Amino acid sequence: MVTAVGVEQMRAAVAAVPDPELPVLTIEDLGVLRGVELDGAGRVVVTITPTYSGCPAMAAIEADIVTALDRVGIRDVSVRKVLSPPWTTDWLSESGRRKLAELGVAPPTGVVPSTSTLVALSVRCPRCGSLRTRELSRFSSTACMALYRCEECLEPFDHFKVH
Amino acid sequence: MTGTRPATAAGDVARDVAGDVAAYALRLGDDALVLAQRLAGWVSRAPELEEDVALANIALDLLGQARTLLTYAGSFHGLSEDDLAYFRDERDFVNLHLVELPNGDFAVTIARQLLFSAYQLLLHERLAGSADETLAGVAAKAVKEVAYHRDHAVRWALRLGDGTAESHARMRTGVERCWPYVGELFESDPLVRRLAAAGVAVDPAELCPQWTAFVGGVLAEATLAVPDLPARITGGRRGVHTEHLGYLLAELQHLRRSHPEAATW
Repeated sequence: MVTAVGVEQMRAAVAAVPDPELPVLTIEDLGVLRGVELDGAGRVVVTITPTYSGCPAMAAIEADIVTALDRVGIRDVSVRKVLSPPWTTDWLSESGRRKLAELGVAPPTGVVPSTSTLVALSVRCPRCGSLRTRELSRFSSTACMALYRCEECLEPFDHFKVH
Repeated sequence: MTGTRPATAAGDVARDVAGDVAAYALRLGDDALVLAQRLAGWVSRAPELEEDVALANIALDLLGQARTLLTYAGSFHGLSEDDLAYFRDERDFVNLHLVELPNGDFAVTIARQLLFSAYQLLLHERLAGSADETLAGVAAKAVKEVAYHRDHAVRWALRLGDGTAESHARMRTGVERCWPYVGELFESDPLVRRLAAAGVAVDPAELCPQWTAFVGGVLAEATLAVPDLPARITGGRRGVHTEHLGYLLAELQHLRRSHPEAATW
């Protein structure tokens, strides 16, 4: 069954699965998708990792992966969830960062520091580009966002936190 | 209570001395589960909308950690995370007293968050190097989340402690309300010492000096005194709890126990 559909095609089908909370991004853009492989028995094994421990989208992502593979004729699928290595915003793809900005969400600023010390960098307003922005809340609509406001254009916006 | 089928089996996990790792994972999982349930009680009741969202997000992180830890603990005994969360009675929960304390006002919750997240961060930073792959994985992921929780608590502790006379008084009361329970955080016992010797667990006694220095520093900056109170109340790891846990569990478990045959949720 799998031979009819190449691994590349399977990978493409899985990689195109959108994130349920930020459907403008795919699970590949987010770095949630860690691998698509065939095991010894010819079964497709998809490996995913959660952004945050409590990410409520994991069950939906798993179901969407099964559906996406079903559409290209693959039924024998196992979705594996791993915690290590822990997800980081460093894995967000360039296209993912661009799509976030186009959506009005400020992408993560810089890379993750090597210690658990939190460093705040200026966040650019995704609407007007100003760096005169202020954090309103460390938490926002999803675990991975913080709420900001631009002091220049006065618009509030979400910032995808460095994690 | 109608704890039918899994109640006894799930209770055995806490008592099974053979399953050291399972028992240890259960302790950390229960800490996270009970605090997640407590913090969820703030949803729609926090002093401002942003805090509703913040406390719910923190609760969600803790719930995620709890799910992995309970799943792991249960895997040694053929039990699911749901068996352990919903079908154990109070005496089989092995969480710390601190996390089961009532939310109180916002300052009490912030005090509890400060004291617990400072502890949890030190714990997980070390546990990330555990010889047990699953515990190390959970911890490495939790470190990033808990660093953020601690930062949130520190900011509020400073703002309230070094704020108005009213906010200062409330923050002081909050810290004093929680303080009698902090000794338990660093209590060691044969189980953790065995596991620590094997490189699997962290002996909490080792965390005390750093925790004391960190919390003391925050309290000083917040113009708050370190309470001169005994901190000797313990028993959570042995299943002996404050009167508050039973009520919390009743709310957490009653729906699932009312429908024990429901397959999935």
